[in-house]
Amino acid sequence: MSTSGNAVLKLKGIEAGYGRIQALMGIDLEVHEGQIVTLLGANGAGKSTTLKTISGLVRARAGSVEFMGEDITGKNAHQIARSGLVHVPEGRHILRGLSVKENLELGAFTVSDAKLRQTRMQEVFDLFPILGKRQHQDGSLLSGGEQQMLAMGRALMHGPKLLLLDEPSMGLAPKLVLETMRIVKRLNEAGTTILLVEQNARLALRLAHYGYVLESGAIRMKDEAARLQADKSIVQAYLGE
Amino acid sequence: MTAFDVVMQQIVNGLVLGSFYALVALGYTMIFGVIKLLNFAHGDLYMVGGFVGFLVLSAISGITGGGWTGVAISMFLSMIAVGCLGVVIERVAYHPMLRAPRLSILITALAVSLVLQNTVLSITHGQYTAFGADFGFGGVNLGNVFITYNQMILVGIAAFLMIGLEVFVSRTQYGRAMRAVAIDKDMCQLMGINVSGVIAVTFLIGSALAAAAGTLAGAYYGSVWYFMGFLIGLKAFTAAVIGGIGSIPGAMLGGLILGFLEAFGTQLPGIGSEWKDVFSFAVLILVLVFKPTGLLGKSEQERM
Repeated sequence: MSTSGNAVLKLKGIEAGYGRIQALMGIDLEVHEGQIVTLLGANGAGKSTTLKTISGLVRARAGSVEFMGEDITGKNAHQIARSGLVHVPEGRHILRGLSVKENLELGAFTVSDAKLRQTRMQEVFDLFPILGKRQHQDGSLLSGGEQQMLAMGRALMHGPKLLLLDEPSMGLAPKLVLETMRIVKRLNEAGTTILLVEQNARLALRLAHYGYVLESGAIRMKDEAARLQADKSIVQAYLGE
Repeated sequence: MTAFDVVMQQIVNGLVLGSFYALVALGYTMIFGVIKLLNFAHGDLYMVGGFVGFLVLSAISGITGGGWTGVAISMFLSMIAVGCLGVVIERVAYHPMLRAPRLSILITALAVSLVLQNTVLSITHGQYTAFGADFGFGGVNLGNVFITYNQMILVGIAAFLMIGLEVFVSRTQYGRAMRAVAIDKDMCQLMGINVSGVIAVTFLIGSALAAAAGTLAGAYYGSVWYFMGFLIGLKAFTAAVIGGIGSIPGAMLGGLILGFLEAFGTQLPGIGSEWKDVFSFAVLILVLVFKPTGLLGKSEQERM
């Protein structure tokens, strides 16, 4: 289907929901190595649920999730995280009462080598100098943009093979949105494979290699990002712009 | 005795009492932190800790004698045994209830408390059991105030345990994970933290600290009985709330405040020691009215 690499992530017929509400009606999706794949759709289309089902926070009712050739369906979220699939959830989830540095340290919870943790932390500080300056502050007292950097920095501490980003630009000022997207691009260029959920569809499609459009829990469209972007009717019908 | 002597004496008494309260309050507050449960059975783990300490000491005092070596070994083994009991209680009684309404798990905790009390009641027939500790009566004089070595060692052990806990929780990766689980379980899972494992370790540590206090109290006061955990459970809860429930330094502070308050309160003219519980619970009410988050507690606020 796509330009480069092997499938890092493969979803087949994923169904999931909450209680009696079925949120996903059978999702097929692939992310190939080195790509940015974006998942678009209106509020309530099931984007976040898809990410949560991949990372194990929500149990799949049917279908399978394959990560790096291994079936991870039904595994616990912490086991999935250990295998290098890192989910940065919507709303950033900075640990209140813990310093910036402690938040980062915990991002590398699965990394037992203290030296490697040290090196990674330096890399994160190089990427986000503001985090270095604020490392002793309570992470939850940072501004929204800084919290987003902390959330991404924390994910990088883990050394992710695949990064799931849920609405990284949510609630940020326009300038910070662009900054966030630049960082996403940079991470990808440095070799991280990314599955990006983003409300700003135009921006996401500019960044991504491939895109899926989700509607009412089902994939309605999938194509090269450039082609999705070019199709005005798609942008209008599904992305509300 | 001069006023200074009275003050000195009550400082010592307050420290001893406060150490017991603080050790039990720590478990209360840690368990509340990770699963938001007021573990009403926690005082009973203190009681069971006292009995296990008694059993171990009875078994080994022939070799070690009833002095501090024997008590320290008894305390250590009691901590391990009751720590494991705490983990079993969590797995069997609380874990299946974690997704149930809050009230259900609270009632479960009351049931666990009754089971522990009545088990020990039926074994001991409700009798006080003399603790075989034999410390001697050494000590030092500070003016007219006599401080026994026992009191010093006891406060020293309590301080050692609390400092150890504080270092563990604030400096180690696992301790950080413990604090993180108290804040955001889903995020912890996404970072690869085994949340249910962290909860088990929290019960292990909390119950072990209660057992340490139980053994020390049995040795210090000379006896144990099945109902000894009830009042200290309430006091520890009070201490945890005063300090700010969920806060580890808060539990230590709350325990000490309560200890001092009871020691000094009973020295007021016209007020006897039977009033000491009144002081504790009056302070609980005042804290709940004027600073419900406790002295070191933080209010729950989310920043968007």
